[in-house]
Amino acid sequence: MGLESKLFGGSGFMSTTVDQALNWARKNSLWPMPFGTACCGIEMMATLSSRTDMARFGAEAVRFSPRQCDLLLVAGRVPIKMMPVLKRIYDQMPEPKWVISMGACCSSGGVFNTYTMVQGIDHFLPVDVYIPGCPPRPEAVVDALIKIQKLVEKDSTARFAEPQIIA
Amino acid sequence: MATSVKVLKRPKLNLLEQTYLPQVMAGLVTTFKHVPQVKDTVSYPEEKWIPRDGYRGLHRLNKDEDGRIKCVACEMCSSACPAHCITIEAEVSPWEDREKIPKRYDIDLLRCIFCGMCEEACPEDAIELTEIYDFCGYIREDFIADKDTLLHIYDLTADGNYYRDLERSQKLFFTGHKGAEDREVSPEYTRNLLKW
Repeated sequence: MGLESKLFGGSGFMSTTVDQALNWARKNSLWPMPFGTACCGIEMMATLSSRTDMARFGAEAVRFSPRQCDLLLVAGRVPIKMMPVLKRIYDQMPEPKWVISMGACCSSGGVFNTYTMVQGIDHFLPVDVYIPGCPPRPEAVVDALIKIQKLVEKDSTARFAEPQIIA
Repeated sequence: MATSVKVLKRPKLNLLEQTYLPQVMAGLVTTFKHVPQVKDTVSYPEEKWIPRDGYRGLHRLNKDEDGRIKCVACEMCSSACPAHCITIEAEVSPWEDREKIPKRYDIDLLRCIFCGMCEEACPEDAIELTEIYDFCGYIREDFIADKDTLLHIYDLTADGNYYRDLERSQKLFFTGHKGAEDREVSPEYTRNLLKW
């Protein structure tokens, strides 16, 4: 929940300075939570491998426990039956957290415009960066990671000072 | 049934082995063997992999010699599309050599699966898939590539040197990007899209 927001609530000089330091640390050590349900998951593994090395951006520490992660990487088809699981994983991640929606299927449903499929996970989760492609190349995932880093840079603790209502 | 039990004795380590140093050194030898080898990593944002001919990336709408749009709005591509991501609205052509041109030509890039069926179906070779593979964005609306965007992508990729000229990827824009600079830097934007 961002401990620093409790210490220096609001947007004074202290909080902005602490923001800068923390955001610098956060953006260079994003811990992804992989949620690979289909072929995009294979490309996500390729992104972590040596050719396009995600460790160059400090995001190689993939944890399979959502409580240790701050970047949810949704890759692959998400059926309606799977959506409560994904929502629960998202809820279990501590703030601040970011979401990447990778590939056509989880961004919009792709070719699977059927009654079983969620037509884009942004109906349920606040997605920060979308990656189009079926599946996207590993370079595109790195591009998305750089865009997430830009978001993290601009983030402020002030938004955690207000209580968030979680249903 | 008689069972035979084989009792294994714990091997006795001599003094050197008890320090574990030979094992650690043996491991480091393997590590340092890899140091002079050719690196596999492509340092992506600085150097970019150049796709071969026929790579299916971002779409473009081709222009003819006079700089006019080649598309005649026959809707062969949108009917061939398995993901139904192409929307076309036709209007009467201002030129003599064809009846219709597209008034609106939208591709939902998030829906598209880059299969190339539109390219196969097109009788005029108007739509083509380019080599562009890295295009992410913050906002859903950015991924509706309209007619102007697709023609702009033609200008960027007409000579096939998109990735040899690294400056060029800075010029790539989508519909929403034209006025989306403030939204791009605001993390609240996507969060406010959906209040819990």
